[in-house]
Amino acid sequence: MTDATAPAAPARGSLKAADERTRKRNAAEKRFRLYGLTAVGIGLILLVTLLSAIVSNGVGAFQQTFISVNVFLDPERLDKQGNRDPADLRKVSTFGYTPLIQNAMLATVADAGVQTPLTKGTDMRPMFSAGAAAQVRNFVLENPDRIGDTVAFRILAASRVDGYLKGRVQREDVARDKNIDAEHLDLTDALVEAGVVEKTFNLAFITGSDASESRAEQAGIGVAMIGSFFMMLVVLGLSLPIGVAASIYLEEFAPKNRFTDLIEVNISNLAAVPSIVFGILGLAVFIQFAHLPQSAPLVGGLVLTLMTLPTIIISTRASLKAVPPSIRDAALGVGASKMQTVFHHVLPLAMPGILTGTIIGLAQALGETAPLLLIGMVGFIASNYPDGLASGFLDPNSAMPAQIYEWAKRADPAYYERAWGGIIILLVFLLTMNFIAILLRRRFERRW
Amino acid sequence: MYDLPQTDSHVIHEDLKVRARDVQVYYGATHAIKDVSVDIADKTVTAFIGPSGCGKSTFLRCINRMNDTIDVARIEGDILLDGEDIYDPAVDPVQLRARVGMVFQKPNPFPKSIYDNVAYGPKIHGMAKTKSDLDDIVERALRRGAIWEEVKDRLLEPGTGLSGGQQQRLCIARAVATEPEVLLMDEPCSALDPIATAQVEELIDELRQNYSVVIVTHSMQQAARVSQKTAFFHLGNLVEYGDTGQIFTNPQDPRTESYITGRIG
Ligand SMILES: Nc1ncnc2c1ncn2[C@@H]1O[C@H](COP(=O)(O)OP(=O)(O)OP(=O)(O)O)[C@@H](O)[C@H]1O
Ligand SMILES: [Mg+2]
Repeated sequence: MTDATAPAAPARGSLKAADERTRKRNAAEKRFRLYGLTAVGIGLILLVTLLSAIVSNGVGAFQQTFISVNVFLDPERLDKQGNRDPADLRKVSTFGYTPLIQNAMLATVADAGVQTPLTKGTDMRPMFSAGAAAQVRNFVLENPDRIGDTVAFRILAASRVDGYLKGRVQREDVARDKNIDAEHLDLTDALVEAGVVEKTFNLAFITGSDASESRAEQAGIGVAMIGSFFMMLVVLGLSLPIGVAASIYLEEFAPKNRFTDLIEVNISNLAAVPSIVFGILGLAVFIQFAHLPQSAPLVGGLVLTLMTLPTIIISTRASLKAVPPSIRDAALGVGASKMQTVFHHVLPLAMPGILTGTIIGLAQALGETAPLLLIGMVGFIASNYPDGLASGFLDPNSAMPAQIYEWAKRADPAYYERAWGGIIILLVFLLTMNFIAILLRRRFERRW
Repeated sequence: MYDLPQTDSHVIHEDLKVRARDVQVYYGATHAIKDVSVDIADKTVTAFIGPSGCGKSTFLRCINRMNDTIDVARIEGDILLDGEDIYDPAVDPVQLRARVGMVFQKPNPFPKSIYDNVAYGPKIHGMAKTKSDLDDIVERALRRGAIWEEVKDRLLEPGTGLSGGQQQRLCIARAVATEPEVLLMDEPCSALDPIATAQVEELIDELRQNYSVVIVTHSMQQAARVSQKTAFFHLGNLVEYGDTGQIFTNPQDPRTESYITGRIG
């Protein structure tokens, strides 16, 4: 029983008929949903456009044109002394091999019964890659006893021939191109018909090393991939323990005072510092001051660690903060020490967040190019595989994004195609990392 | 000011477990506990009663130094456990909390299995040598927490998957598993049905044989049923402290009387 007299209840309509306010509210909700859908739609369209552009431009890099030829390893040219002495064999440079391949090409053309005005050996030169001579030479140096035999090789076609088969090189371009003539294209068509020239999957693009400007057909991203791998090892090995330790200390142990506030503000600021600034810092500190080798994945990794640390610290602190304080109370209440509380209860709960943050940080670092510019990991021709751990960390190398940037800069359109191909590989890595992040998240979350 | 002359009457002289003298607690500028002096006897159940926000939980958390975790909290005065000042700089709060267990106002099981919830304390204190020892400790604790029958077939399921009342009993089991000398219980029965409440009260009575139990409760009946001593808090002051029978039948202070008869609160 209340003393206040209740106001007379207003007349209410049927529940089935929406009143004015409800209608307005529903309309607003509908509009909002529409905005959301539009936004998602635009995002999806952009994504699809991007992906299709990347794929259509880049798949070409994963295929390469090869020519099957039978090369006569002429003892007259390769081993004048006739004693198969490796030292003497080494004296014959790749120039010595080119005529053999030209002759083999002529023979192949004749065998295929193709009519062509190109009859001189040097006419064949524009058909195949400069790398072919090196390929044959390596074979001879490894198998000196085969000198004198005729050996079947699959040699790389020249980049123009490859481009012609992929549609990159058009017949109308040929007039302006001193590297190739229309007859060569006719010959190419005829040889494709005969099954001598073939476009196949090119593993060497994924595993191979970079090549010089004029040998686009030979260039691969493998060595740069190894460079990236060693860099990521450094980044992971340093930034995860340092970042997590720093966050745990700041979040769980440090007293809250002006000084820790200052540190906190600075860490957030660091996360916003452009990566090129970290690059120049790395140049000054690691190379000019500490005299670490230039272009080395170790230095790249150190620079990227600086860049990744704030990301990891911020995400780790956020996920530590998200652990309810009642869990800490519970652990402390049964007599666990601060350390036990953190490591037994808080950290496992924060783990999915920490891992996601770390992997996002790593993915960022993997795709980062600007700081590598400054420490000399761009412009370097990554043609040697490291031969061990130390050389992996310390020998000059490139990294995937730096390699892509480098290719995109080069004049030959064949390199442009390879740049797109490199981007596909980089994206595959990034997607794999995100996928692992999701898997780890799931795995850790399922335990609760 | 009103309570000051009475302070001495709060002091008892037989078999002391916890002795608090002139305890002040501040949360920043808020003065949450004012001049509280109280003696808590061994092998006794002491009930803290009082209206919401009067500082019962705050004072309880002083006894095992859980307030250390709150940055803004500041504690003055002395609290002695078996004659030793627990706020002495030489005292490790971790060691203290192993001897003074706590059940919190809100159930807070670890997001781990039921078994691990209970086994965690004994494990870190090295109370079990073998797995079967640990199994025994866990079973005993769960039985004392009046929850064994409900969970014995699902020990490996997460403790957070239990109902609110079951979680609270799990927390009680977790607290008794480490065999504390003093058990602080902050409204342990507020989420329990009458049957579980009766079981917990039975447990409290059993614990009294060996330990000192301090229980915060909003239920006068419960305080009257389980406790031998009762302390009435009001606005941060300890208004009255004495034998439960006396507090409920013959309160000295008008505020106590109006609270237990339901006029303030
Ligand atoms: N962490 C904190 N920070 C600031 N003030 C707090 C904090 N915890 C409690 N207080 C304040 O201290 C006073 C006492 O709170 P306390 O939790 O001890 O009350 P209580 O008696 O346990 O109440 P209830 O019966 O509702 O649990 C309240 O005024 C409260 O606002
Ligand atoms: Mg309380």
